[in-house]
Amino acid sequence: MSTLPRAFRWLALGGLALGLGWSPLVPADTPASIVVGYLGMERPDDQEPLSVLDPVIDDEGLQGARLGLNDNNATAQFLGQEFVLHEAVVAQGGDVGEALESLVEQGVEWIVSGLPAAALNEVMAHPARGDRVVFNAWAPDDELRGEACHPELYHTTPSRRMLADALAQFLGFKQWDRWALVYGNTDEDRILADVLRASAERYGHRVVGDRMWPHDPMARRAEGGFHAIQREIPVFLQDLPEHDVLVIADETDYFGEYFPFQTWAPRPVVGTQGLMATPWHRAHESWGAVQLQRRFEKLADRWMTPRDFGAWLALRSLGEAAARTGSVEREAVLDYMLSDEFELAGYLGFPVSYRTWNHQLRQPILITGPRMVASVSPQEGYLHPRTPLDALGADEGESQCRF
Amino acid sequence: MPLLNRTISPGLLGLALGALTLLPASALAERIFVSNEKDNTISVIDGASLEVVETISVGRRPRSMAFSSDGSELFVAVGDDEAIDMIDLETLQVVRSQASGDDPEVIRVDPNRPYIYVSNEDDNIVSVLDYERRTLVTEIPVGVEPEGLGISPDGRWLVSTTETSNMAHIIDTETMEAVHHRLVGARPRHAEFTHDGREAWVSAEIAGTVSILDMEETFDVKHVIRFEVPGVPQETVQAVGIALTSDGRYGFVALGPSNRVAVVDQQTYEVLDYILVGQRVWHLALNGDESRLYTTNGVSGDVTMIEVDSLRAVKSIPVGRFPWGVIVEP
Repeated sequence: MSTLPRAFRWLALGGLALGLGWSPLVPADTPASIVVGYLGMERPDDQEPLSVLDPVIDDEGLQGARLGLNDNNATAQFLGQEFVLHEAVVAQGGDVGEALESLVEQGVEWIVSGLPAAALNEVMAHPARGDRVVFNAWAPDDELRGEACHPELYHTTPSRRMLADALAQFLGFKQWDRWALVYGNTDEDRILADVLRASAERYGHRVVGDRMWPHDPMARRAEGGFHAIQREIPVFLQDLPEHDVLVIADETDYFGEYFPFQTWAPRPVVGTQGLMATPWHRAHESWGAVQLQRRFEKLADRWMTPRDFGAWLALRSLGEAAARTGSVEREAVLDYMLSDEFELAGYLGFPVSYRTWNHQLRQPILITGPRMVASVSPQEGYLHPRTPLDALGADEGESQCRF
Repeated sequence: MPLLNRTISPGLLGLALGALTLLPASALAERIFVSNEKDNTISVIDGASLEVVETISVGRRPRSMAFSSDGSELFVAVGDDEAIDMIDLETLQVVRSQASGDDPEVIRVDPNRPYIYVSNEDDNIVSVLDYERRTLVTEIPVGVEPEGLGISPDGRWLVSTTETSNMAHIIDTETMEAVHHRLVGARPRHAEFTHDGREAWVSAEIAGTVSILDMEETFDVKHVIRFEVPGVPQETVQAVGIALTSDGRYGFVALGPSNRVAVVDQQTYEVLDYILVGQRVWHLALNGDESRLYTTNGVSGDVTMIEVDSLRAVKSIPVGRFPWGVIVEP
């Protein structure tokens, strides 16, 4: 029973692809399908946001893909196309390969990844993937866009370096050039601290001192926790050299949220907490973003996160390329996605598009406080011969990626 | 008759007389209405003095405006109130308000029937309201995030642009159905018919283009106008508002954060010039005799008056915060 409809879909796909080459409009009763699989991983149990105001989300990324699917299909209905989404979310430490195999068996031709770097690398190397393209909507690792890049791997979520550069540009605009750096004791935070140092150097800032916060996971709900924090943090920071901002690198959100208003010197807190660089935020409503926020909230009953946004961008990239080319065939879609013609409206003011040298989506980055957007990078005055967006992240000349 | 009463209202009389000797008669009677998106107000500029003479309080987030067919009222889409405010042009007061459905952004008035067309961004529909009976006539499904609306001079066709579908939906106003769907540039914002009704010009904000739709036979895109402003990053060259002269000579296109208005030859589609105006130029309006073009500049919070003969920006007039739309009393 289950194989029949699938076989039918393949027939329909093969037959229609020919027709679509001639005209972007085919009868709506025989749509040509693009079948996408979302492959995610459950959140680690011990990783909940530090602030009780932030919800614990179990469908992050996935809901963004679902909205992208809806948005694509709203247009596809006029073009004789149809998008289909299959979903697979594995447990922590679960078998990613098995989930991939099951998606492929369901006819998935494109994959959106909500996986951390190690699991994503596993997918890229897995034989079941074949030559299917994977969109990374989750992992910020620069390595995936550098030495470990892959021609069939596209990144809709920004790299750490893009976020750090976006923040560095804004701090340059403010002329807050002396940074004190506090980072966590996870591998991710050590990597981020190095990335922040590189961004500081690129944009003429100085890291005047740094400290590693020797945190252990703390109870999220602990009455009176601030009494201890109020005494601990100023002492921890008091002998840092004179600085303009305190930069926090705490990607897992273990401790950074404690720092605003507890510093020794009266300095703003920026980085992963306080004033943040992020591809998406609920406070962002410019350039029609309010429409996307509302559509998402109607669908998911919660706010859209950066990872939801990354998954939405992946689906929309496919939707835009399929609509423009009138084709659902992989080669035509990819050719268009990498061409100069490809311009996706991402509610960020500038069109977003893929860098040909590492398949990273170039995009504006929000600079935002917890409750209000402060700015959007690239900042005015930071020039680039191609586009100001390419001043964020590894540029063509310095990229370690060789396809 | 009400037209006469209006122009000789006591408040404006002094200003009008004072300017009488200096300016051509056409500019005298002219009132320019500007919607200030962030201030919840409409600024009224006097065409003779080029100064704000009145500020009208309206609902929340006023954007698109249109006159009623008899010219007695100004309709303002107030997005956050989900309504159309109706301003009496004699008293300059909001006299009534009609529910419009979710988040109305752009409105157009039917030239033959008492209908207002409303793009409801959140619901993927164009609503048709009867402003005499104060009823909802129908809802027309279109793509994702309908925004721009253009109506043909004879009222037969309505073009609705959808920002996320990147389409122009061509609606037959007799059957109230979208009958053609055409892909245009990314994030299409505005649709404007030529005065002979043969073409609809559709701007695309993110693509920075204007697509010309053939409205006589094929309804296809027959040409795409591209813009390049020397020395300005290409990403900031975004096409939004359009104004077309009735003699078929010029098309004006507001180019958003590049702070320029493009002057296009309406016949050859050649870009003739770029005029520097205020920051983030958004919408445009020609005055009655088409001697002047007014632009709203969202970020700098002003309106620029361009002289059409010389194609020169003459004066910028400070208005409220985030001026969005502009319309000149006919």
